[in-house]
Amino acid sequence: MTDVTTQADRPELEADEEHSAPFWQRLVAGSSTWIGLILVALILIFSVLEPSSFVDVDNARNIATDAAVLLVLATGMTFVIITAGIDLSVGAVLVFSGVVSARAMNGAGGDNWGVIILGLVVALAAGAGWGLVNGFLVAKAKIPPFIVTLGTLGISLGAALVITGGVDERNVPFKLITTIGTGRAFDQVPWLVIIAFAVAIVFGVILAMTRFGRYTYAIGSNEEAARRAGIAVDLHLMKVYCLAGTLAGLAGFLSLARFSTTTIGGHDTDNLQAIAAVVIGGTSLFGGIGTMLGSVFGVFIPAVLTNGFVIVGVQPFWQQIAVGAVLIGAVYLDQLRRRSQYQR
Amino acid sequence: MPEPLLEARGIVKSFGRVRALRGANFTVFPNEVVALVGDNGAGKSTLVKTLAGVHQPDEGQILFDGEPVEIHSPLDARRLGIETVYQDLALAAELDAGANMFLGREIMRPGLLGHLGFIDKQAMRTRSREAFRSLGVTLQDTSAPVATMSGGQRQGIAVSRAVTWASKVVFMDEPTAALGVVQTRNVLDLIGRVRGQGLSVVLISHNMPEVFEVADRIEVLRLGERVARFRRGEVSMEGVVGAMTGAIRQDEIERPEADPPDQDAGLDAPRR
Repeated sequence: MTDVTTQADRPELEADEEHSAPFWQRLVAGSSTWIGLILVALILIFSVLEPSSFVDVDNARNIATDAAVLLVLATGMTFVIITAGIDLSVGAVLVFSGVVSARAMNGAGGDNWGVIILGLVVALAAGAGWGLVNGFLVAKAKIPPFIVTLGTLGISLGAALVITGGVDERNVPFKLITTIGTGRAFDQVPWLVIIAFAVAIVFGVILAMTRFGRYTYAIGSNEEAARRAGIAVDLHLMKVYCLAGTLAGLAGFLSLARFSTTTIGGHDTDNLQAIAAVVIGGTSLFGGIGTMLGSVFGVFIPAVLTNGFVIVGVQPFWQQIAVGAVLIGAVYLDQLRRRSQYQR
Repeated sequence: MPEPLLEARGIVKSFGRVRALRGANFTVFPNEVVALVGDNGAGKSTLVKTLAGVHQPDEGQILFDGEPVEIHSPLDARRLGIETVYQDLALAAELDAGANMFLGREIMRPGLLGHLGFIDKQAMRTRSREAFRSLGVTLQDTSAPVATMSGGQRQGIAVSRAVTWASKVVFMDEPTAALGVVQTRNVLDLIGRVRGQGLSVVLISHNMPEVFEVADRIEVLRLGERVARFRRGEVSMEGVVGAMTGAIRQDEIERPEADPPDQDAGLDAPRR
């Protein structure tokens, strides 16, 4: 750094000492704080309405297990949306990865960890492959991500149907189901939940504290500025889409473990659920803003609503209505907050 | 007569059917403030972006310290010690001032964490704060997103970033366009101080009084070509405006001293 120092001729600036906002102020201003409070409020409301059945270890376990696969998808989606992109293909890539993973495990045969690891590697590789296709078309061919991933949604889901002939693959190694699928650590916490949270935490740390995360925000905030700052924008975008694809592959593997079948027809709205969770969590569709903690809250709000409605005896269909309203409300509040903050 | 530090020769750049630069020449000498002036659409910003590595020239040559160089990317320009304050500032609005200051050259955490890609936000904030203070840029909160700051503060961050990292040349594309009186004063003072550090400044501006105040030399671009060059005190504002608009050619402009008729040979050296 060259240093240009002449402070003496501008004493009037001394009075205006710079400072960072205190912690509580940043806490209040942070969008994930408010979403977290909404989640806490929902839990409190259901707890008061049905204290016996809602406030229960088994129930908490159910909610977390239901949310686990979606949390893995939302983790990758958070990165993509922070770059001002979108990935509509995650649900289809999940299905495709599950199908080829199941095929590979059946092809190898046997019921041991070797086969399970083979299945995991195949699922991750399949997801990464679709992610690279998305990333290449977005970053190099400059096709809008909405169109690219809408296209690969159709192609990957279609490919999964062609491979299976439309019939779910029901033959999954038993060991996979009893361990990762339904097993629990210390007989308490489901492995699915542990894996999903580990993924969210690791990538949350990467997003918040590393150069990879910083570049993700910078590209979403101002792609041209990032380019001019010497950041390899195209390469970074390809990495981000590849990450989202790989995590969709992992989600496909986890889904396979949990349901012991490929559930081809069961993931049509996974993409929209993941996007809704990320956006409810305070991540801006315009890019540059968002946190992993917010996405975790955003995943659990619909999960808690569904579960709570069932327990208090409301038709579960109301969950869709409630989530839709929460989504719109969250984005509206976020815009109000941003408008007041950015008014200059 | 000193050798030129940076020289563009016959730069041609087209965007589709628009020929933004038609064989433009441009010269920067060591340790001078040179103003690049021209009417709207004369090609000033395109020329600056070409020299900053944002655009690739279709034709022409760039010399740095007398050696031909190719500037394929902003990184190449950076390695030569060239930094740019773009007209749009090129700040990431959602990131804080420190993050923008160090965008693309983050300070990593020491040890293993740094190797794993962890960045040292605190160090970047502290060093940015020092840079802003020494340059007279006041920010209430260096951890707030740049989007929450005033136009003057944003300009201050962009200028500080360029000045902090440049070791040879700073391009400033209309650095005072969005500024009030006091902030404009700050930027103009800063330009003088940057030259005092031994750097060269290329100032792009429409504001003639400003140009006449700080520039050692003036180069005039018109329709993608250099049409005139002047040293400080050799020309009136009317003369420069005349050259910008094409109303006057350089050899018609009245000069206070007798110069050789070969303008390009006689006007290269900055006056000390």
